[in-house]
Amino acid sequence: MASPTKPSAKTSSKSAKSSNNGKSGASGLDESGAGVEIDHLELFRQMYLIRQFELACGENYSKGLIRGFLHLYIGQEATGVGALSTLRDDDYIVSHYRDHGHALARGLDVNRSMAELFGRATGTSKGKGGSMHLFDVAKRFMGGHAIVAGQLPLAAGLALAQQYNKTDGLTICFFGDGSTNQGVYHETLNLAAVWKLPVLFFLENNMYGMGSSIERVRAGGIDFYPGMATYGIPAAEVDGMDVLAVKEATELAVERIRAGEGPQFIEAKTFRFVGHSLADGQKYRGQEEVKEWEERDPVITFPAKLIQAGLVTLDQIDDVKTEVDEVVAKSVEFALQSPEPDLSEIHDDVFA
Amino acid sequence: MPVIVLREALKRGLEEALENDPRVFMMGEDIGEYGGAYAVTDGFLKKFGPERIKDTPISEQAFLGAGIGAAAAGLRPIVEFMSMSFTLVAFDQIVNMAANLRYMSGGQISVPMVIRAPTGAGVQLGATHSQSFETWLAEVPGMKVVCPSNPYDALGLMRSAIKDDNPVLVAEPALLYGTKGEVPDEYYEIEIGKADVTRSGSDITLVSYGYGMHPVNEAADKLSARGVSVEVIDLRSLSPIDMDTIVSSVQKTNRVVVVDTARRKGGIMAEVAADLQQLATEWLDGPVMRVGSNDVPWPYNRGLEREVLTDSDDVLAAVAEGYGL
Repeated sequence: MASPTKPSAKTSSKSAKSSNNGKSGASGLDESGAGVEIDHLELFRQMYLIRQFELACGENYSKGLIRGFLHLYIGQEATGVGALSTLRDDDYIVSHYRDHGHALARGLDVNRSMAELFGRATGTSKGKGGSMHLFDVAKRFMGGHAIVAGQLPLAAGLALAQQYNKTDGLTICFFGDGSTNQGVYHETLNLAAVWKLPVLFFLENNMYGMGSSIERVRAGGIDFYPGMATYGIPAAEVDGMDVLAVKEATELAVERIRAGEGPQFIEAKTFRFVGHSLADGQKYRGQEEVKEWEERDPVITFPAKLIQAGLVTLDQIDDVKTEVDEVVAKSVEFALQSPEPDLSEIHDDVFA
Repeated sequence: MPVIVLREALKRGLEEALENDPRVFMMGEDIGEYGGAYAVTDGFLKKFGPERIKDTPISEQAFLGAGIGAAAAGLRPIVEFMSMSFTLVAFDQIVNMAANLRYMSGGQISVPMVIRAPTGAGVQLGATHSQSFETWLAEVPGMKVVCPSNPYDALGLMRSAIKDDNPVLVAEPALLYGTKGEVPDEYYEIEIGKADVTRSGSDITLVSYGYGMHPVNEAADKLSARGVSVEVIDLRSLSPIDMDTIVSSVQKTNRVVVVDTARRKGGIMAEVAADLQQLATEWLDGPVMRVGSNDVPWPYNRGLEREVLTDSDDVLAAVAEGYGL
């Protein structure tokens, strides 16, 4: 049974307005309603950027230029891009260890993000953070965090500060289905609800916590949003492969939070097309399942729908691809040419 | 000079921060309506209101973590744990988040947060409520740890902790909340990272902190009565630790006993002893003697607990064994 406040987050892709700049006045691809203008081409650009960035990461990991653990966001692009397209500059973003997609969707510098993965001095954390710990406080991107569910209370605290300072800013907190079996997940949902904190809990349910399918590790099945009634937190389920649906669901939740209604919860059903990390041989799942999800690849299906709807042209899509390919290639070049951190910096940044 | 108890000193430090800095607020279990398990925040809710004196659910990870987030956003939270033993529940947040955030963000994030917790044994609370994990947290880079032994230090250290831009653990010895001491009305602070030579002497150095200063002072009195000139050092800060002051003292006395009322094994005095053997071996006339409570879970029974807890006889025995004094 879904939460009573579940919004209808699906948008259809039938007939649509034609536009030569990829923008439409409708809230989705349909003609109804003159909502906020959507920059479809920009949504595609971000998803494609993430995809190409991740592919470049994988390639450079294979070459040994990126080390440690590398968790790619391939397949989940529509989720992060759709959600973050709704936020303002003064909102905070908190992410998990699969954080590249959120960082890029928030507009972190591509060069500096890649340089961080290469461990270079020009990286977002000067080479001290790595893939799982991207930060850009100027953009209020408050980190990738690598203890599963450990980032939830951080997000609650950022939201607490927004509430304490009497702003209408909010904090979005991304986490995966693996987080939900941690005790701090429960603690934070309750705390946020008790204090009516302006936080959006955004579950990216990609069906697997590393190699464990939800069904093997959770007694309650694959749906999480119905359980939010326990906390009194309004919850919605959304198709995480549909960037416009994610955007619309997030907009609704954001609106409620800014109106002072307290925390909201969105569960996006999504899928990573690749392993948990680059060390993952994926022995725990069949290729059939992966193929089924790949047919819904947002980086392919979204531009196809846009072209079909006459919102953009194939040329425009190709131009974006050309531009992004160059941006990603340059970021690798930037990272390669950047200096290693100086050893004298080892003791810097321990204390303020 | 006015005499107040340690609880009042802490309270004064918290109260003036709440009065002077709107970014300061407090969170913890039963600190508001109830007034705090050890009554340190009694009356605060009425004076400062529920937005700044926040009663929390029993969710140590969530409220400590929320403190980190609030601090990262520019507020200055003071988070109370009802017992040092309960910090274990939130160690992930303290260590992985509060202490690491600045480094792993390349210096972008500061966490100006004070964590307060009653620490130590001696009041028959048994194994789960009597432990002294300030010694564990002192090992963590990015954390500062202080522990007062008297009301004067409690106020001075609390002021510095609240002003500090890093996470600071203030370990409050549970046995000492009612301890009296002189505290001036004039404003002062105590620098974090500086030890205090509380008694000057030339024959032997005794080093301790927090509640440990009490058996040490008792032992020093007894030694003085026998004509032994004792120098006593109160660490005050467990991190950063002031080895310079300790080494200087040992260069003068050539004898040293380090004393902890926490468990002996792996405690902060193990760190002091190890550094001393490296930094001051040539000055020492004997071994660095280390005293600590027995390495057992804290027993409930009064007789058993007293036997386990370091006392002045343990200190005197170490002085005699190491240096024949």
